[in-house]
Amino acid sequence: MHQTTYHRASSVSEAVKLLNDADDGKYVAGGQTLIPTMKQRLAAPSDLVDLRHIADLKGIEVSGDKVKIGAAATHAEVAENAALAKACPALCHLATHIGDPHVRHMGTIGGSIANNDPAADYPAALLALAATVHTNKREISADDFFVDLFETALEDDEIITAVSFTVPEKAGYGKFPNPASRYALTGVFVARRADGVRAAVTGAGENGVFRAEAIEKALSSSFDASALDGVTIPADGLMTDIHASAEYRANLIAVMAKRAVQAANG
Amino acid sequence: MGIEGIGARVARKEDKRFLTGLGRYVDDMVVPGMKHAVFVRSPHAHAAIKSIDTKKAKAMPGIIGVLTGAELKTDGIGNLICGWMIHSKDGTPMKMGAYSGLATDRVRYVGEAVAVVVAETRGQARDAAEAVEIDYEEMPAVTDAVKALEKGAPQLHPEAENNLIYDWEIGDASAVDQALDGAAHVTRMKLVNNRLVPNAMEPRAALGHYDKAEDHFTLWTTSQNPHVARLVMSAFYNVAPENKLRVIAPDVGGGFGSKIYVYPEEIVCLWASKKTGVPVKWVADRTESFLTDAHGRDHHTEVSLGFDADNRMVALKVDTIANFGGYMSLFSSCVPTYLYATLLSGQYAIPAIHCNVRAVYTNTAPVDAYRGAGRPEATYLLERTVETAARELGVSPADLRRKNFIREFPYQTPVIMNYDAGDYEASLDAAMREADYAGFPARRDEAKKRGKLRGIGMSCYIEACGIAPSQAVGSLGAGVGLWESAEVRVNAAGTIEVLTGSHSHGQGHETTFAQVVASRFGVPLEQVSIVHGDTDKVQMGMGTYGSRSGAVGASAIVKALDKVEAKAKKIAAHLLEADESDIVIENGEAKVAGTDRTLPWFQVALAAYTAHNLPEGMEPGLKEGAFYDPTNFTFPAGCYIAEVEVDPETGHTDVVQFVASDDFGNIINPLIVEGQVHGGLAQGIGQALLEGCHYDPTSGQLVTASYMDYTMPRAGDLPSFQVSTTNTPCPGNPLGVKGCGEAGAIGSPPAIINAITDAIGNNDLSMPATPQKVWAAMRRNQ
Repeated sequence: MHQTTYHRASSVSEAVKLLNDADDGKYVAGGQTLIPTMKQRLAAPSDLVDLRHIADLKGIEVSGDKVKIGAAATHAEVAENAALAKACPALCHLATHIGDPHVRHMGTIGGSIANNDPAADYPAALLALAATVHTNKREISADDFFVDLFETALEDDEIITAVSFTVPEKAGYGKFPNPASRYALTGVFVARRADGVRAAVTGAGENGVFRAEAIEKALSSSFDASALDGVTIPADGLMTDIHASAEYRANLIAVMAKRAVQAANG
Repeated sequence: MGIEGIGARVARKEDKRFLTGLGRYVDDMVVPGMKHAVFVRSPHAHAAIKSIDTKKAKAMPGIIGVLTGAELKTDGIGNLICGWMIHSKDGTPMKMGAYSGLATDRVRYVGEAVAVVVAETRGQARDAAEAVEIDYEEMPAVTDAVKALEKGAPQLHPEAENNLIYDWEIGDASAVDQALDGAAHVTRMKLVNNRLVPNAMEPRAALGHYDKAEDHFTLWTTSQNPHVARLVMSAFYNVAPENKLRVIAPDVGGGFGSKIYVYPEEIVCLWASKKTGVPVKWVADRTESFLTDAHGRDHHTEVSLGFDADNRMVALKVDTIANFGGYMSLFSSCVPTYLYATLLSGQYAIPAIHCNVRAVYTNTAPVDAYRGAGRPEATYLLERTVETAARELGVSPADLRRKNFIREFPYQTPVIMNYDAGDYEASLDAAMREADYAGFPARRDEAKKRGKLRGIGMSCYIEACGIAPSQAVGSLGAGVGLWESAEVRVNAAGTIEVLTGSHSHGQGHETTFAQVVASRFGVPLEQVSIVHGDTDKVQMGMGTYGSRSGAVGASAIVKALDKVEAKAKKIAAHLLEADESDIVIENGEAKVAGTDRTLPWFQVALAAYTAHNLPEGMEPGLKEGAFYDPTNFTFPAGCYIAEVEVDPETGHTDVVQFVASDDFGNIINPLIVEGQVHGGLAQGIGQALLEGCHYDPTSGQLVTASYMDYTMPRAGDLPSFQVSTTNTPCPGNPLGVKGCGEAGAIGSPPAIINAITDAIGNNDLSMPATPQKVWAAMRRNQ
């Protein structure tokens, strides 16, 4: 790792100032991707501005059918939050299966979605839950937030402060982990909401997280795993790498969608 | 014998320091004035080096030196060598390409060392390493050994035409062909034994210190055999004569074979220390470990196994291409020959066997021995072929094996090995009982109701351990003898230190060897210390690999104990005024048999050192040394049975039951033996299901160069193992032990693959059997 200067910001405005004052600064919010990248010398920011300790970004609130999760909430905090477990257990389940215990106690939801790794778990959940991403400048719908591989709608000095969503009637997450990294080789999050069913796929698309229309359509008529019998997913646009071909990922999307629905229906 | 002696389940003495973070590894060593080395490594799989410019790097802050291969050559440091000569079947010696510690004109794999930077800090060294300007001219690369032999393939070494290192054979080809022609049934298979990255927990490291005042070198290194390292560096690499070179291998965090060899970094750190005038430390990061530790396996094999009408094996024919990587590592040549082809008879009476092996250069990391070394490759091909034959012949896999078992010992195989003892049916019966083999159909039906495909697979392995009789291996081309030495020092107050050449890096020698000593005199275990890993302390040794430490290392200790006991008896007889033949030493005292006259052990020792009252003419002291050279290999064998459940929708395999029944001969410490089997099984199941080293075939880049892509087995991937042992004592060594360190890794891969192919009804499956591959194999069924 090249030398870098670490700053711990105590407020969002301080964080913005610290970044603007730096030669080539970077926000860090857990660093589970950034730090390994720096160790490999593929990134060499002059300054790191840590967002994890900003009080305004902490905390998980559930009130009525509204859920708001601070951007600095760790995966472990999401996994273990009792109120969230009642409102949307699928999201707790998802957080439980991110990485390993070290990752879950360092990594944050804000850091994960800002990075938008094509195999990360949270993007599928946020897209399926029609969540809103709150920043220090604006609110962005999940539909608009995730742009492409490792690319989001965020501007350079824009900081995610929270994500929020309306509690779904039912939700479930089916994940087939990459045997080595435990990222999603393919993960499908399904949510039934008052305005319909949404299903989002991570780990499989060449352009990152996406909604699976065929699955949404089938589940809209009947929110049951059997509704997906015979639904096939085309391999076009899916990734091929040493772990999985596009055809295998297409198969996994259908299988994981079924398992997500089964989990949602308990 | 007793609660701490041979056969007792004693917890490992060394674990206290390991588990409390008090182990001392090479990276813990600090020498005053020590600086840090970083290697400049090739980013290309194959390229010519047009020029190396170190000017800019040398001008950077903190830089003490930037050294290249040209200077290494000028200083007379020799090339790395392979120390086991193999001759091709046409009589020509193996074609060894030049292997410099730092590449000078050409690089042949990604990660090959080209230059070294020594700096005040590791960070400064890294910065400067990036500033070394090397002008490469890229060349086409080949990573697959089969493709490397094809016409028009990129050529690696001028010494090795068509990348062929040797074309070797063993056995009677015409007898085999004739028997196969007349066979009632022949099972043919094409099998790949997947390349593995060793992944020791502690990365390799070296600290070289040249003491100008004494004109003497010290090397702290992650080695399984410090004496061999010193010998090789003195005799071949011209680093320093043996009396001017001390090699210390302190606590070493795992080896699995990968730390047997002398690597460029060790030579370069010693040389650089003299060159720069400062002690030089290098510690690999995990990426360097992936790129440059000697890899394991990587065989492509075609096999034919013939049966007569009564399902008895009549002949085995094997044709193997072995990938050696870009250079020949220290013992690479013996792995796919004398550690592989000589085990192809397995547990079976096969009248005719022939094996041809072509060793091939490719643009990949060097390949050498890795836990099992040749024997896993032999076992995988034989046991998959036997299981397949049983399916083709429509007979039970257990019955087919049973019918062909060797039953009389000693048994001379057609491929050199002479098996001394064994009872293969006992292992098979024990494993089948433990696995409730007869109850499998019911378990399969129950799994089917849950939507899972359940399969069962078996593997009956044999291995050759206790490596090895020096004269025999010398006649087969080995450059060294494979005996072991020991010195037993009884101190004046009766405590005992044992100096052994068997280095311990996970095997538990500090406990098992102490048990052997404690048993002999009935002294408490804590009064026995095992000293190893330092050429200045231990007289000489050949190190730890090939499951040899019990059979060879402990046998040397037994020989030294015999001498100590003989002298102690003479002293005790003199003091107790009895006849020497009446003296018995047990329970920590010498006594006159049949009487109540005793002398505590410490008084015998004290008398030896006060020398006030010794038998006429006896020298003072109680210290004896011995060298033990085995008369034969030892032959551990066993039967493993795996049961798996495959998810038909995803291809994911769960190992739901794994039974291991091993015959290791006599056992010194069952707890440690079980631990060794558990670890070996984890590695073997890892090879079968998870671990696959993958190079990009065009660029030659290592794709699986981190844990993001290379799958190591985790606890959750493995079932709770059911392990047990049977025992036919080894007749060839005084303890009757055979060795247990590699068995798990040798026997388990075919059991797993046999179980999966049974579950999915498709035999076309290669390792690692990842979910994607299993799913694809199931689709081919449809």
